[in-house]
Amino acid sequence: MTAGTNPPVIALYGVGRTHPGRPPVVALRPTDLTVRRGEYLAVTGPSGSGKSTLLHLLGLLDTPTAGRYELDGIDTGGLRDKDRSTLRGRRIGFVFQSFHLLPHRTAEENVALAQVYNRTPRRTRDAAAVDALRLVGLGHRTDALPGTMSGGERQRVAIARALVNRPSLLLCDEPTGNLDSANAEAVLAQFDALHAQGYTLVVITHDPAVAARAERRVTIRDGRLTVPEVV
Amino acid sequence: MPRPDRTAAIPEPPSHLSPHDLLTEALSGILQRPGRSLLTMLGTVLGIGAFVAVLGLTATATGQIGERFSLTRATTVTVTDRPRTDGTAPGTNPPSDFPTDTDHRIAAIDGVRAGGVWWPVPGAPTLSRRPDGPDEGTGLSVLAATPGAVAAMEPALTAGTTLDEYVQKTAQPVALLSEAAAERLGVSRLDAQPAVFIDRLPYTVVGIYADVQRQPAALLSLLIPASTALERYGNPAPQPDRGAQALVATRIGAAPVVAAQLPLALRPDTPNAFTVVPPPDPHTLQDTVTSDLTGLFLALAGICLLAGAVGIANTTLVAVLERTPEIGLRRSLGARTGHIAAQFLTESTALGTLGGLIGTALGVLTVLGVAAARDWTAVLQPATTLPAPLIGTVVGLLAGLYPALRAARTDPLRALRSA
Repeated sequence: MTAGTNPPVIALYGVGRTHPGRPPVVALRPTDLTVRRGEYLAVTGPSGSGKSTLLHLLGLLDTPTAGRYELDGIDTGGLRDKDRSTLRGRRIGFVFQSFHLLPHRTAEENVALAQVYNRTPRRTRDAAAVDALRLVGLGHRTDALPGTMSGGERQRVAIARALVNRPSLLLCDEPTGNLDSANAEAVLAQFDALHAQGYTLVVITHDPAVAARAERRVTIRDGRLTVPEVV
Repeated sequence: MPRPDRTAAIPEPPSHLSPHDLLTEALSGILQRPGRSLLTMLGTVLGIGAFVAVLGLTATATGQIGERFSLTRATTVTVTDRPRTDGTAPGTNPPSDFPTDTDHRIAAIDGVRAGGVWWPVPGAPTLSRRPDGPDEGTGLSVLAATPGAVAAMEPALTAGTTLDEYVQKTAQPVALLSEAAAERLGVSRLDAQPAVFIDRLPYTVVGIYADVQRQPAALLSLLIPASTALERYGNPAPQPDRGAQALVATRIGAAPVVAAQLPLALRPDTPNAFTVVPPPDPHTLQDTVTSDLTGLFLALAGICLLAGAVGIANTTLVAVLERTPEIGLRRSLGARTGHIAAQFLTESTALGTLGGLIGTALGVLTVLGVAAARDWTAVLQPATTLPAPLIGTVVGLLAGLYPALRAARTDPLRALRSA
């Protein structure tokens, strides 16, 4: 990272997203948000509130129509798709509601897939993948196929995949949405552990119970981001 | 904080997909669904298999003709009396249209090794071991031949001598027996100067031959001098198939030229009296075999290939749609649009290549199988067989273009949400 300064992982300056059309649809009103390194932030809100828009903007899957988004101090405005893809692959680890594991590959291969596009030498990939799986407590299931794993295990494989490149930001989209409460608890415990290890997490969820585990919460409603009253 | 230069917008090197990884990812895409991959390849397999098999079978069949087109046949010219247009039967100009010095006239032509006239003696002569013995000649024929004709047959003598100028000039009652005839007539040794009886008249056996290079009918025959036959049986029969013919052995390559000169050399006055049969031109034969059916089969192979291309395009497109979440995931892992396109293009190209390889193998096996079943020598042209798998590569590449484009254009947002 830049020597001397320690920029926030996420810095949004008046970032907004309007979908063109008649009339134009405002998905996210101009928003300021800062997430510091090591923070654990939950974004809550009902469906259609603009959560997904925020997630896509943070994940560099979408570009804002207003404002400036700095990731690790890098201004992402005006970057070409090539650079956005690179940043996405290097600095952001995604965890999806539906896991997105490739069904015909083992846990280890699924994790190693995250290293294919970022110039990780082939010979170090397996070891890194196994390390990441150990980190989420799945060191014993490296050769298991997703079909043989519980939902919680699958999501932890997905977390390992998100972690294997040591990203600046773990961006989780409804990570417990497809899990029963026991498995959800395992995943949330994993998040707690990662937070304790200093990872930066942003969890987007509609579930207040999930949001409650985070260190900090913001709410999004009708495209407007608000910091709720501390309970 | 100054806005960084665009070329160095981010500190890390851009996303990258090594050829090794590209191939691994593409192949795993194929191997994940081996059954479907095989079905996808089927059109290409059939098309290229048909292509290789058709060309191989054509080459094999053509080569077969080439093989049958032996050295002996290539140096053989036959001349027959042509049926007269004036109503008279051929051979009515005694002893036939062939002049009496035919042997010499033929021998005078450049490129001729030997040549002469022969004909089956008219009627059905009886053959016996003793003057009063039973006819044992069923299936055997008596041929009248000039020394040149005998020489042109190139009999492989096992005993004795051939019919020479002397016996011809003096019209000796002698006979040259094929091995089959000698066995039938009980002639095994010549030292006692045995005789056989043709129509109850004795003929001294001068020689026995085991094989002939030309005129295989002579293998079941007795040869007697043409002059003797003329004396005792008269002119050759007027029917074209029992009439007199000239048999000419030429040097290699001389047959067409000799054939062209023969009528004039034999009868400068009426060269039209003869039909000359030169050896078949190998090229003509090959062309007739190659032309018609091959074109049809190649067209069918082309249609198969087209169907194969459509099959690959269709399956790859379905795969792209099916694997939309995977595309989204890969994009989230840092893959650029080009990487996605390259992966699907490589998959379809690999499918096409595999199909091409399997098709080529099956085509070669077909050719080998047919050749083995028919006792042929399989002929495969390297120029058409070796590049055949590459046709599959091209088919796969072309078929994958549109699906790959679709994959590259997949919006990662929707792709990730669609599962």
